Amino acid sequence: MNDWLLVALMALVTFSIRYTLLAFSGHLRLSPTLVRALGYVPPVVLTAIVVPAVVLPEGELWLGWQNARLVGAIACVALALWRKNLLLTIAGGMTAFWGWQWWIGSQLP
Amino acid sequence: MSSSTEFIVKLPRQEALSGARDIFPLIVGAIPFGIIFGTLAQGSGLSFGAALGMSAFVFAGSAQFIALGLLAAGSALPLVVLTTVVVNLRHLLYSASLLPYVQGASPRWKAAIGFFLVDEVFAVVIRRYQQPDPSPHKHWYYLGAGGAMYLNWVFCTLLGLTVGQLIPNAAAWGLDFAMVATFIGMVVPYATTRPMVGAIAVAGLVAVLANGLPHKLGLMVAAIAGVAAGYWLETNISGSVGRPS
Repeated sequence: MNDWLLVALMALVTFSIRYTLLAFSGHLRLSPTLVRALGYVPPVVLTAIVVPAVVLPEGELWLGWQNARLVGAIACVALALWRKNLLLTIAGGMTAFWGWQWWIGSQLP
Repeated sequence: MSSSTEFIVKLPRQEALSGARDIFPLIVGAIPFGIIFGTLAQGSGLSFGAALGMSAFVFAGSAQFIALGLLAAGSALPLVVLTTVVVNLRHLLYSASLLPYVQGASPRWKAAIGFFLVDEVFAVVIRRYQQPDPSPHKHWYYLGAGGAMYLNWVFCTLLGLTVGQLIPNAAAWGLDFAMVATFIGMVVPYATTRPMVGAIAVAGLVAVLANGLPHKLGLMVAAIAGVAAGYWLETNISGSVGRPS
């Protein structure tokens, strides 16, 4: 595997995806339908990245209380609903995740 | 030119600093992510230079991680590139959302905006573009946010490639959870209308159900299902404004 070739190709496809529409922005008109649909994009994509990472940490569905990622994620949602402070959500969520992981570990024989 | 006296137009430098400041929390969330990428890269078969080059030239966190996983599993080069396309297709949707704001921009600005278009940067700058003030320097805000995110990403990759190697079993610490925490913190403020809550719920559910699809296609399937669900709910539910109670 030529790893620099991989980097070059990944850079090429990634930049093309991000740039192409911008390059033709002067000639494009988006339909109102598309504009409305695009409004859902940011939270929907982030959710689709996060949820499997939380409930399928090893590829298998894991909804038990021993799943520290699940407990940490619930803490993040609660913190984010309570205060719209991203740093607080990150710090509190990491603390809950690590604390729970440590506690679970200490419960095992 | 009376409008220019009524508004205090920020200088380009001030806009850039505002962008860098506003993206700071998201940078904090990305720090562990970048360090882990650097730490894991060489074990997955990337050379030191190619790992740093991937962060510097590709600049796409989740695609880089998935590429590492595929490389470690011995996947062929075309498959890794194809998966990069699928995982980064969401950026096409981001660029579509930016279209109204870049129409007068020079090709050089558009190239810079395209290069820095990652999840975190998009989430921050779209709010600046949507503000009604007529500042001609909003692209500088983008440059400040994108540049700060970029420099941090490359620097953290370098940290992982060097110092990260000294930490025993760094990958097992669960530092990747920082990305989960960051993204949850970005999603929750959106969940203020029923169609949005429905879209988020459908996206999460479909992402789990479609997780077994090859090449991480499940992400795109879930994204499309979520957007479709939100759009359908918005069209078919009257009084869609307001938090479900």
